[in-house]
Amino acid sequence: MDARFRSGAGETPPPGTPIHRHRLATRLWHWVNAVAVIILLGSGLGISNAHPRLYWGRYGANFDPAWLQLPRFPAWITIPASYNLAISRRWHLFFALVLGFGLLAHLLWSLANRHIQRDLRVRRSDVTPAHLWADLRAHWNFRFHDPERPRAYNAFQKLSYVAILFVALPLAILTGLALSPAMDAAWPWLLDLFGGRQSARSIHFLAATGIALFTIVHLALVILAGPVNEVRSMLTGWWRVPE
Amino acid sequence: MIARRTLITGGITGGAGLLLAGCDRVVQIPAARKILFAGEDMQRGLQRALMDRGALAPEYRPDQRSPIFRANGTYDPGTAAYKALAAGGFADWRLAVGGLVERPLRLSLADLRALPNRSQITRHDCVEGWSAIGQWTGPMLGNVLKAAGLRRAARYIVFTCADLYGGAPYYESIDLVDAFHPQTILAWAMNGRPLDVPHGAPCRLRVERQLGYKHAKYLMRIDAVATLSGIGRGKGGYWEDNVDYDWYAGI
Repeated sequence: MDARFRSGAGETPPPGTPIHRHRLATRLWHWVNAVAVIILLGSGLGISNAHPRLYWGRYGANFDPAWLQLPRFPAWITIPASYNLAISRRWHLFFALVLGFGLLAHLLWSLANRHIQRDLRVRRSDVTPAHLWADLRAHWNFRFHDPERPRAYNAFQKLSYVAILFVALPLAILTGLALSPAMDAAWPWLLDLFGGRQSARSIHFLAATGIALFTIVHLALVILAGPVNEVRSMLTGWWRVPE
Repeated sequence: MIARRTLITGGITGGAGLLLAGCDRVVQIPAARKILFAGEDMQRGLQRALMDRGALAPEYRPDQRSPIFRANGTYDPGTAAYKALAAGGFADWRLAVGGLVERPLRLSLADLRALPNRSQITRHDCVEGWSAIGQWTGPMLGNVLKAAGLRRAARYIVFTCADLYGGAPYYESIDLVDAFHPQTILAWAMNGRPLDVPHGAPCRLRVERQLGYKHAKYLMRIDAVATLSGIGRGKGGYWEDNVDYDWYAGI
Protein backbone atom coordinates (compact mmCIF):
# COMPACT_ATOMS: atom_id res chain seq x y z
CA MET A 1 0.00 0.00 0.00
CA ASP A 2 0.97 3.60 -0.54
CA ALA A 3 2.59 4.94 2.59
CA ARG A 4 3.16 8.44 1.28
CA PHE A 5 0.32 9.82 3.36
CA ARG A 6 1.50 8.33 6.63
CA SER A 7 2.65 11.71 7.82
CA GLY A 8 -0.36 13.54 6.43
CA ALA A 9 1.79 15.75 4.22
CA GLY A 10 0.30 18.86 2.67
CA GLU A 11 -1.00 17.47 -0.65
CA THR A 12 -4.69 16.66 -1.15
CA PRO A 13 -5.12 12.91 -1.66
CA PRO A 14 -7.88 11.83 -4.08
CA PRO A 15 -10.83 9.74 -2.78
CA GLY A 16 -9.94 6.09 -2.36
CA THR A 17 -6.34 6.79 -1.35
CA PRO A 18 -5.32 4.50 1.49
CA ILE A 19 -4.01 6.35 4.53
CA HIS A 20 -2.37 4.74 7.54
CA ARG A 21 -4.51 6.40 10.16
CA HIS A 22 -4.24 4.45 13.43
CA ARG A 23 -1.02 3.08 14.87
CA LEU A 24 -0.85 -0.34 16.53
CA ALA A 25 -0.78 1.08 20.07
CA THR A 26 -3.92 3.13 19.40
CA ARG A 27 -5.74 0.16 17.85
CA LEU A 28 -4.77 -2.20 20.63
CA TRP A 29 -5.87 0.19 23.35
CA HIS A 30 -9.10 1.02 21.50
CA TRP A 31 -10.33 -2.59 21.53
CA VAL A 32 -9.13 -3.42 25.05
CA ASN A 33 -10.81 -0.26 26.28
CA ALA A 34 -14.01 -0.95 24.30
CA VAL A 35 -14.39 -4.33 26.02
CA ALA A 36 -13.57 -2.83 29.43
CA VAL A 37 -16.05 0.06 29.00
CA ILE A 38 -18.92 -2.22 27.99
CA ILE A 39 -18.27 -4.64 30.87
CA LEU A 40 -17.88 -1.77 33.35
CA LEU A 41 -21.14 -0.16 32.21
CA GLY A 42 -23.07 -3.45 32.40
CA SER A 43 -21.67 -4.51 35.76
CA GLY A 44 -21.99 -0.94 37.08
CA LEU A 45 -25.72 -0.98 36.33
CA GLY A 46 -25.93 -4.31 38.17
CA ILE A 47 -24.23 -2.70 41.20
CA SER A 48 -26.57 0.29 40.96
CA ASN A 49 -29.55 -2.05 41.36
CA ALA A 50 -28.29 -2.90 44.88
CA HIS A 51 -28.99 0.65 46.10
CA PRO A 52 -30.47 2.78 43.30
CA ARG A 53 -30.32 6.10 45.15
CA LEU A 54 -27.75 8.87 44.68
CA TYR A 55 -26.77 11.43 47.32
CA TRP A 56 -24.52 14.47 47.73
CA GLY A 57 -22.09 14.75 50.63
CA ARG A 58 -20.15 12.45 52.93
CA TYR A 59 -22.93 10.06 53.91
CA GLY A 60 -26.19 8.90 52.35
CA ALA A 61 -28.52 5.99 53.07
CA ASN A 62 -32.20 5.17 53.02
CA PHE A 63 -33.29 7.83 55.53
CA ASP A 64 -31.26 10.60 53.89
CA PRO A 65 -32.64 12.65 50.98
CA ALA A 66 -31.56 11.32 47.57
CA TRP A 67 -31.18 13.76 44.66
CA LEU A 68 -31.86 10.97 42.20
CA GLN A 69 -33.80 7.75 42.48
CA LEU A 70 -32.58 5.51 39.67
CA PRO A 71 -34.79 3.01 37.87
CA ARG A 72 -34.16 -0.70 38.26
CA PHE A 73 -31.97 -1.58 35.29
CA PRO A 74 -33.35 -4.58 33.35
CA ALA A 75 -31.62 -7.94 32.90
CA TRP A 76 -30.65 -7.41 29.24
CA ILE A 77 -28.33 -4.53 30.14
CA THR A 78 -26.73 -5.74 33.42
CA ILE A 79 -23.83 -8.11 34.12
CA PRO A 80 -24.80 -10.67 35.25
CA ALA A 81 -28.32 -10.65 33.80
CA SER A 82 -29.92 -11.90 37.02
CA TYR A 83 -29.20 -9.72 40.05
CA ASN A 84 -25.98 -10.79 41.78
CA LEU A 85 -24.07 -8.00 43.51
CA ALA A 86 -21.02 -10.18 44.24
CA ILE A 87 -20.53 -11.19 40.59
CA SER A 88 -21.26 -7.66 39.30
CA ARG A 89 -18.53 -6.42 41.64
CA ARG A 90 -16.08 -9.13 40.49
CA TRP A 91 -16.52 -8.02 36.86
CA HIS A 92 -16.41 -4.33 37.75
CA LEU A 93 -13.31 -4.43 39.96
CA PHE A 94 -11.32 -6.64 37.57
CA PHE A 95 -12.08 -4.52 34.48
CA ALA A 96 -11.56 -1.32 36.48
CA LEU A 97 -7.88 -2.36 36.57
CA VAL A 98 -7.90 -3.04 32.81
CA LEU A 99 -9.47 0.38 32.15
CA GLY A 100 -7.26 2.29 34.58
CA PHE A 101 -3.88 0.84 33.65
CA GLY A 102 -4.89 0.69 29.98
CA LEU A 103 -5.68 4.40 29.95
CA LEU A 104 -2.49 5.24 31.82
CA ALA A 105 -0.36 3.25 29.36
CA HIS A 106 -2.23 4.71 26.38
CA LEU A 107 -1.83 8.31 27.51
CA LEU A 108 1.89 7.89 28.27
CA TRP A 109 2.48 6.08 24.96
CA SER A 110 0.49 8.69 23.02
CA LEU A 111 2.53 11.46 24.56
CA ALA A 112 5.74 9.64 23.65
CA ASN A 113 4.71 8.96 20.03
CA ARG A 114 3.18 12.45 19.76
CA HIS A 115 -0.33 11.15 18.92
CA ILE A 116 -1.81 13.57 21.44
CA GLN A 117 0.21 16.59 20.35
CA ARG A 118 -0.28 15.91 16.63
CA ASP A 119 -3.85 14.60 16.33
CA LEU A 120 -5.72 15.67 19.45
CA ARG A 121 -4.37 19.13 20.22
CA VAL A 122 -7.28 21.56 19.99
CA ARG A 123 -6.02 24.68 18.24
CA ARG A 124 -7.50 28.12 18.62
CA SER A 125 -8.56 28.00 14.95
CA ASP A 126 -10.55 24.77 15.69
CA VAL A 127 -12.87 26.46 18.15
CA THR A 128 -13.70 29.76 16.46
CA PRO A 129 -17.49 30.14 16.07
CA ALA A 130 -17.12 30.20 12.28
CA HIS A 131 -15.12 26.97 12.25
CA LEU A 132 -17.48 25.21 14.65
CA TRP A 133 -20.48 26.32 12.60
CA ALA A 134 -18.88 25.05 9.39
CA ASP A 135 -18.06 21.77 11.15
CA LEU A 136 -21.61 21.41 12.41
CA ARG A 137 -22.99 21.94 8.90
CA ALA A 138 -20.52 19.41 7.53
CA HIS A 139 -21.73 16.87 10.13
CA TRP A 140 -25.30 17.66 9.16
CA ASN A 141 -24.38 16.77 5.57
CA PHE A 142 -22.71 13.55 6.77
CA ARG A 143 -19.27 14.80 5.81
CA PHE A 144 -16.90 14.02 8.65
CA HIS A 145 -13.51 14.90 7.21
CA ASP A 146 -11.90 17.86 5.57
CA PRO A 147 -11.12 16.90 1.92
CA GLU A 148 -8.02 19.11 2.12
CA ARG A 149 -6.67 17.31 5.19
CA PRO A 150 -8.57 14.00 5.35
CA ARG A 151 -6.22 12.53 7.93
CA ALA A 152 -6.96 15.20 10.54
CA TYR A 153 -9.76 14.89 13.07
CA ASN A 154 -12.54 17.47 12.81
CA ALA A 155 -13.15 19.91 15.67
CA PHE A 156 -16.02 17.96 17.27
CA GLN A 157 -14.00 14.78 17.04
CA LYS A 158 -11.03 16.39 18.77
CA LEU A 159 -13.22 17.94 21.46
CA SER A 160 -15.06 14.71 22.20
CA TYR A 161 -11.86 12.59 22.22
CA VAL A 162 -10.22 15.11 24.56
CA ALA A 163 -13.32 15.09 26.78
CA ILE A 164 -13.41 11.31 27.01
CA LEU A 165 -9.63 10.76 27.39
CA PHE A 166 -8.83 13.60 29.77
CA VAL A 167 -12.12 14.25 31.59
CA ALA A 168 -14.74 11.47 31.61
CA LEU A 169 -12.46 8.40 31.92
CA PRO A 170 -10.09 9.91 34.55
CA LEU A 171 -13.12 11.21 36.47
CA ALA A 172 -14.73 7.77 36.48
CA ILE A 173 -11.45 6.22 37.68
CA LEU A 174 -10.77 8.75 40.45
CA THR A 175 -14.37 8.76 41.74
CA GLY A 176 -14.26 4.95 41.63
CA LEU A 177 -11.13 4.99 43.79
CA ALA A 178 -12.85 7.40 46.21
CA LEU A 179 -15.54 4.73 46.78
CA SER A 180 -12.91 2.39 48.26
CA PRO A 181 -12.63 2.72 52.06
CA ALA A 182 -8.99 1.56 51.88
CA MET A 183 -8.08 4.09 49.17
CA ASP A 184 -9.74 6.81 51.27
CA ALA A 185 -7.23 5.92 54.02
CA ALA A 186 -4.34 5.85 51.52
CA TRP A 187 -5.32 8.99 49.58
CA PRO A 188 -7.65 11.13 51.74
CA TRP A 189 -7.45 13.96 49.17
CA LEU A 190 -9.80 11.94 46.96
CA LEU A 191 -12.65 12.74 49.36
CA ASP A 192 -11.68 16.43 49.55
CA LEU A 193 -11.58 16.58 45.76
CA PHE A 194 -15.11 15.26 45.29
CA GLY A 195 -16.76 16.48 48.50
CA GLY A 196 -17.30 13.13 50.22
CA ARG A 197 -17.88 9.51 49.28
CA GLN A 198 -21.54 9.85 48.33
CA SER A 199 -20.78 12.86 46.11
CA ALA A 200 -18.02 10.78 44.49
CA ARG A 201 -20.57 8.00 43.92
CA SER A 202 -22.95 10.47 42.22
CA ILE A 203 -20.14 11.88 40.05
CA HIS A 204 -19.05 8.31 39.22
CA PHE A 205 -22.54 7.67 37.88
CA LEU A 206 -22.57 10.94 35.91
CA ALA A 207 -19.15 10.21 34.40
CA ALA A 208 -20.37 6.73 33.42
CA THR A 209 -23.44 8.32 31.81
CA GLY A 210 -21.11 10.59 29.82
CA ILE A 211 -19.04 7.59 28.71
CA ALA A 212 -22.20 5.69 27.71
CA LEU A 213 -23.49 8.67 25.67
CA PHE A 214 -20.07 9.07 24.01
CA THR A 215 -20.11 5.37 23.09
CA ILE A 216 -23.59 5.58 21.55
CA VAL A 217 -22.77 8.70 19.49
CA HIS A 218 -19.37 7.22 18.52
CA LEU A 219 -21.04 4.04 17.20
CA ALA A 220 -23.73 6.02 15.37
CA LEU A 221 -21.08 8.15 13.65
CA VAL A 222 -19.00 5.09 12.69
CA ILE A 223 -22.10 3.72 10.97
CA LEU A 224 -22.86 7.06 9.25
CA ALA A 225 -19.24 7.63 8.17
CA GLY A 226 -19.01 4.20 6.51
CA PRO A 227 -18.71 1.29 8.91
CA VAL A 228 -16.53 -0.93 6.67
CA ASN A 229 -13.89 1.74 6.20
CA GLU A 230 -13.99 2.90 9.82
CA VAL A 231 -13.86 -0.56 11.43
CA ARG A 232 -11.14 -1.70 9.03
CA SER A 233 -9.05 1.33 9.91
CA MET A 234 -9.29 0.47 13.61
CA LEU A 235 -8.39 -3.17 12.89
CA THR A 236 -5.63 -2.80 10.29
CA GLY A 237 -4.75 0.89 10.59
CA TRP A 238 -5.59 1.58 6.92
CA TRP A 239 -8.33 4.02 6.05
CA ARG A 240 -9.45 5.11 2.57
CA VAL A 241 -10.25 8.75 1.84
CA PRO A 242 -14.04 8.77 1.30
CA GLU A 243 -15.75 10.18 -1.81
CA MET B 1 -20.94 -4.37 -0.31
CA ILE B 2 -24.43 -3.72 1.08
CA ALA B 3 -24.35 -7.11 2.79
CA ARG B 4 -20.95 -6.34 4.30
CA ARG B 5 -22.16 -2.94 5.48
CA THR B 6 -25.24 -4.47 7.11
CA LEU B 7 -23.08 -7.15 8.65
CA ILE B 8 -20.68 -4.65 10.20
CA THR B 9 -23.47 -2.31 11.32
CA GLY B 10 -25.22 -5.24 12.93
CA GLY B 11 -21.91 -6.46 14.30
CA ILE B 12 -21.17 -3.20 16.07
CA THR B 13 -24.58 -2.90 17.70
CA GLY B 14 -24.96 -6.61 18.35
CA GLY B 15 -21.39 -7.03 19.59
CA ALA B 16 -22.03 -5.07 22.75
CA GLY B 17 -25.14 -7.10 23.48
CA LEU B 18 -23.32 -10.38 22.83
CA LEU B 19 -20.51 -9.26 25.11
CA LEU B 20 -22.99 -8.65 27.94
CA ALA B 21 -24.67 -12.03 27.40
CA GLY B 22 -21.30 -13.75 26.94
CA CYS B 23 -20.12 -12.58 30.34
CA ASP B 24 -22.66 -14.83 32.06
CA ARG B 25 -21.29 -17.84 30.16
CA VAL B 26 -17.68 -16.92 30.84
CA VAL B 27 -18.29 -16.93 34.62
CA GLN B 28 -19.36 -20.57 34.34
CA ILE B 29 -15.96 -21.62 32.96
CA PRO B 30 -13.79 -22.53 35.99
CA ALA B 31 -10.54 -21.15 34.53
CA ALA B 32 -12.14 -17.85 33.51
CA ARG B 33 -13.81 -17.58 36.90
CA LYS B 34 -10.44 -18.06 38.56
CA ILE B 35 -8.90 -15.21 36.53
CA LEU B 36 -11.86 -12.93 37.25
CA PHE B 37 -11.76 -13.72 40.96
CA ALA B 38 -7.99 -13.03 41.00
CA GLY B 39 -8.99 -9.37 40.66
CA GLU B 40 -9.48 -9.40 44.43
CA ASP B 41 -5.84 -10.36 45.07
CA MET B 42 -4.65 -7.74 42.59
CA GLN B 43 -6.73 -5.05 44.28
CA ARG B 44 -5.47 -6.10 47.72
CA GLY B 45 -1.86 -6.20 46.55
CA LEU B 46 -2.11 -2.78 44.88
CA GLN B 47 -3.93 -1.14 47.78
CA ARG B 48 -1.54 -2.54 50.36
CA ALA B 49 1.40 -1.40 48.22
CA LEU B 50 -0.01 2.14 47.92
CA MET B 51 -1.05 2.38 51.56
CA ASP B 52 0.92 2.75 54.72
CA ARG B 53 0.17 -0.21 56.98
CA GLY B 54 -1.20 2.13 59.64
CA ALA B 55 -2.87 4.66 57.29
CA LEU B 56 -5.99 5.88 59.07
CA ALA B 57 -9.48 5.91 57.64
CA PRO B 58 -10.86 9.48 57.62
CA GLU B 59 -12.44 10.58 60.91
CA TYR B 60 -15.25 13.11 61.07
CA ARG B 61 -16.60 15.82 63.40
CA PRO B 62 -19.63 15.11 65.62
CA ASP B 63 -21.83 17.42 63.48
CA GLN B 64 -20.91 15.40 60.38
CA ARG B 65 -22.62 12.23 61.66
CA SER B 66 -25.67 10.75 59.90
CA PRO B 67 -28.93 11.91 61.55
CA ILE B 68 -30.17 8.31 61.34
CA PHE B 69 -27.65 5.46 61.16
CA ARG B 70 -29.60 2.63 59.56
CA ALA B 71 -29.05 -0.95 60.66
CA ASN B 72 -28.82 -3.86 58.22
CA GLY B 73 -28.14 -7.58 58.06
CA THR B 74 -29.45 -9.17 61.26
CA TYR B 75 -31.60 -6.77 63.33
CA ASP B 76 -31.92 -9.19 66.27
CA PRO B 77 -30.30 -12.64 66.57
CA GLY B 78 -33.48 -13.80 68.37
CA THR B 79 -32.02 -17.07 69.69
CA ALA B 80 -32.92 -18.26 73.20
CA ALA B 81 -29.32 -17.84 74.33
CA TYR B 82 -29.10 -14.30 72.96
CA LYS B 83 -32.48 -13.32 74.43
CA ALA B 84 -31.30 -14.51 77.87
CA LEU B 85 -28.11 -12.43 77.57
CA ALA B 86 -30.04 -9.35 76.42
CA ALA B 87 -32.59 -9.74 79.24
CA GLY B 88 -29.74 -9.54 81.74
CA GLY B 89 -28.31 -6.40 80.14
CA PHE B 90 -25.44 -8.56 78.80
CA ALA B 91 -24.02 -8.85 82.35
CA ASP B 92 -23.46 -12.58 81.69
CA TRP B 93 -22.02 -12.08 78.20
CA ARG B 94 -18.39 -13.13 77.83
CA LEU B 95 -16.21 -12.67 74.78
CA ALA B 96 -14.01 -15.73 74.36
CA VAL B 97 -10.55 -15.08 72.90
CA GLY B 98 -8.84 -18.30 71.90
CA GLY B 99 -7.27 -20.36 69.13
CA LEU B 100 -3.54 -19.87 68.59
CA VAL B 101 -2.95 -17.76 71.72
CA GLU B 102 -0.80 -18.27 74.80
CA ARG B 103 -3.49 -17.17 77.30
CA PRO B 104 -7.14 -17.71 76.30
CA LEU B 105 -9.36 -14.92 77.67
CA ARG B 106 -12.99 -14.52 78.66
CA LEU B 107 -13.84 -10.83 78.69
CA SER B 108 -16.95 -9.20 80.14
CA LEU B 109 -18.30 -5.81 79.06
CA ALA B 110 -16.73 -4.36 82.24
CA ASP B 111 -13.36 -5.83 81.18
CA LEU B 112 -13.65 -4.17 77.74
CA ARG B 113 -14.56 -0.83 79.31
CA ALA B 114 -11.63 -1.08 81.73
CA LEU B 115 -9.11 -1.34 78.86
CA PRO B 116 -7.80 1.85 77.24
CA ASN B 117 -10.66 2.77 74.87
CA ARG B 118 -10.63 4.63 71.59
CA SER B 119 -13.51 6.74 70.22
CA GLN B 120 -13.66 7.40 66.49
CA ILE B 121 -16.23 9.00 64.20
CA THR B 122 -15.95 7.05 60.99
CA ARG B 123 -17.88 6.25 57.84
CA HIS B 124 -19.55 2.88 57.42
CA ASP B 125 -19.68 1.87 53.73
CA CYS B 126 -22.09 -0.89 52.81
CA VAL B 127 -21.21 -3.12 49.85
CA GLU B 128 -24.55 -2.03 48.37
CA GLY B 129 -23.34 1.55 48.04
CA TRP B 130 -24.76 3.56 50.95
CA SER B 131 -22.69 5.24 53.69
CA ALA B 132 -23.47 6.31 57.26
CA ILE B 133 -21.25 8.19 59.70
CA GLY B 134 -21.27 7.41 63.42
CA GLN B 135 -19.11 7.37 66.51
CA TRP B 136 -17.73 4.09 67.85
CA THR B 137 -16.01 3.39 71.18
CA GLY B 138 -14.08 0.35 72.32
CA PRO B 139 -10.65 -1.12 73.03
CA MET B 140 -8.24 -1.77 70.20
CA LEU B 141 -8.40 -5.37 69.02
CA GLY B 142 -4.59 -5.32 68.83
CA ASN B 143 -4.29 -4.72 72.59
CA VAL B 144 -6.69 -7.58 73.37
CA LEU B 145 -4.67 -9.87 71.09
CA LYS B 146 -1.43 -8.74 72.76
CA ALA B 147 -2.96 -9.55 76.16
CA ALA B 148 -3.83 -13.03 74.91
CA GLY B 149 -0.40 -13.45 73.29
CA LEU B 150 -0.58 -14.57 69.64
CA ARG B 151 1.41 -17.67 68.76
CA ARG B 152 3.81 -17.43 65.85
CA ALA B 153 1.63 -19.59 63.58
CA ALA B 154 -1.36 -17.19 63.80
CA ARG B 155 -2.18 -15.53 60.45
CA TYR B 156 -5.87 -14.61 60.64
CA ILE B 157 -8.37 -13.52 63.30
CA VAL B 158 -11.81 -15.14 63.04
CA PHE B 159 -14.93 -13.59 64.60
CA THR B 160 -17.90 -15.79 65.49
CA CYS B 161 -21.25 -14.15 66.14
CA ALA B 162 -24.49 -14.83 68.02
CA ASP B 163 -26.74 -14.48 64.95
CA LEU B 164 -27.47 -17.55 62.87
CA TYR B 165 -27.67 -17.76 59.09
CA GLY B 166 -29.15 -21.06 57.92
CA GLY B 167 -28.48 -22.56 61.34
CA ALA B 168 -24.79 -21.60 61.48
CA PRO B 169 -23.33 -18.53 63.22
CA TYR B 170 -22.37 -15.53 61.09
CA TYR B 171 -18.61 -15.29 60.96
CA GLU B 172 -15.94 -13.07 59.46
CA SER B 173 -12.16 -12.90 59.37
CA ILE B 174 -9.35 -10.39 58.82
CA ASP B 175 -5.59 -10.67 58.53
CA LEU B 176 -3.08 -9.37 61.07
CA VAL B 177 -2.44 -6.11 59.19
CA ASP B 178 -6.02 -5.06 59.84
CA ALA B 179 -6.23 -6.81 63.26
CA PHE B 180 -3.41 -4.63 64.65
CA HIS B 181 -4.55 -1.42 62.90
CA PRO B 182 -5.18 1.33 65.50
CA GLN B 183 -8.76 1.92 64.28
CA THR B 184 -9.71 -1.75 64.48
CA ILE B 185 -11.69 -1.80 67.73
CA LEU B 186 -14.18 -3.97 69.60
CA ALA B 187 -16.95 -1.37 69.79
CA TRP B 188 -19.38 -1.59 72.70
CA ALA B 189 -20.74 1.96 72.30
CA MET B 190 -22.18 3.87 69.36
CA ASN B 191 -22.76 7.64 69.38
CA GLY B 192 -22.00 7.72 73.12
CA ARG B 193 -24.51 5.04 74.17
CA PRO B 194 -24.14 1.29 74.68
CA LEU B 195 -24.69 -0.55 71.39
CA ASP B 196 -28.35 -1.34 70.70
CA VAL B 197 -29.49 -4.70 69.38
CA PRO B 198 -29.95 -3.72 65.68
CA HIS B 199 -26.37 -2.38 65.59
CA GLY B 200 -24.78 -5.46 67.17
CA ALA B 201 -25.13 -5.41 70.99
CA PRO B 202 -23.22 -5.91 73.12
CA CYS B 203 -20.07 -5.69 71.00
CA ARG B 204 -19.11 -5.55 67.32
CA LEU B 205 -15.97 -5.32 65.26
CA ARG B 206 -14.99 -2.08 63.52
CA VAL B 207 -12.44 -2.56 60.74
CA GLU B 208 -12.55 0.88 59.17
CA ARG B 209 -10.68 0.33 55.90
CA GLN B 210 -13.09 -2.36 54.72
CA LEU B 211 -16.77 -2.63 53.73
CA GLY B 212 -19.62 -3.14 56.19
CA TYR B 213 -20.01 -6.92 55.97
CA LYS B 214 -16.55 -7.34 57.53
CA HIS B 215 -17.72 -5.48 60.69
CA ALA B 216 -19.10 -8.56 62.49
CA LYS B 217 -21.90 -7.79 64.99
CA TYR B 218 -23.00 -9.72 68.14
CA LEU B 219 -19.46 -10.98 68.82
CA MET B 220 -19.14 -14.19 70.85
CA ARG B 221 -15.71 -15.60 69.99
CA ILE B 222 -12.42 -14.36 68.60
CA ASP B 223 -9.96 -17.00 67.42
CA ALA B 224 -6.45 -16.71 66.07
CA VAL B 225 -5.91 -19.28 63.31
CA ALA B 226 -3.17 -20.30 60.88
CA THR B 227 -5.52 -20.87 57.95
CA LEU B 228 -9.11 -20.18 57.01
CA SER B 229 -9.65 -23.60 55.47
CA GLY B 230 -11.79 -25.88 57.62
CA ILE B 231 -13.81 -22.94 58.96
CA GLY B 232 -17.25 -22.72 57.34
CA ARG B 233 -16.57 -23.43 53.66
CA GLY B 234 -13.09 -22.04 53.96
CA LYS B 235 -13.47 -18.62 52.33
CA GLY B 236 -13.25 -16.62 55.54
CA GLY B 237 -16.81 -15.43 56.10
CA TYR B 238 -20.51 -16.12 55.72
CA TRP B 239 -20.98 -13.98 52.58
CA GLU B 240 -17.66 -15.08 51.13
CA ASP B 241 -18.72 -18.73 51.54
CA ASN B 242 -22.24 -18.32 50.25
CA VAL B 243 -22.42 -15.59 47.61
CA ASP B 244 -18.82 -15.00 46.43
CA TYR B 245 -18.27 -11.66 48.15
CA ASP B 246 -14.59 -10.74 48.22
CA TRP B 247 -12.75 -11.70 51.40
CA TYR B 248 -10.68 -8.52 51.01
CA ALA B 249 -13.32 -5.79 51.12
CA GLY B 250 -11.10 -2.72 50.83
CA ILE B 251 -12.96 -1.63 47.69
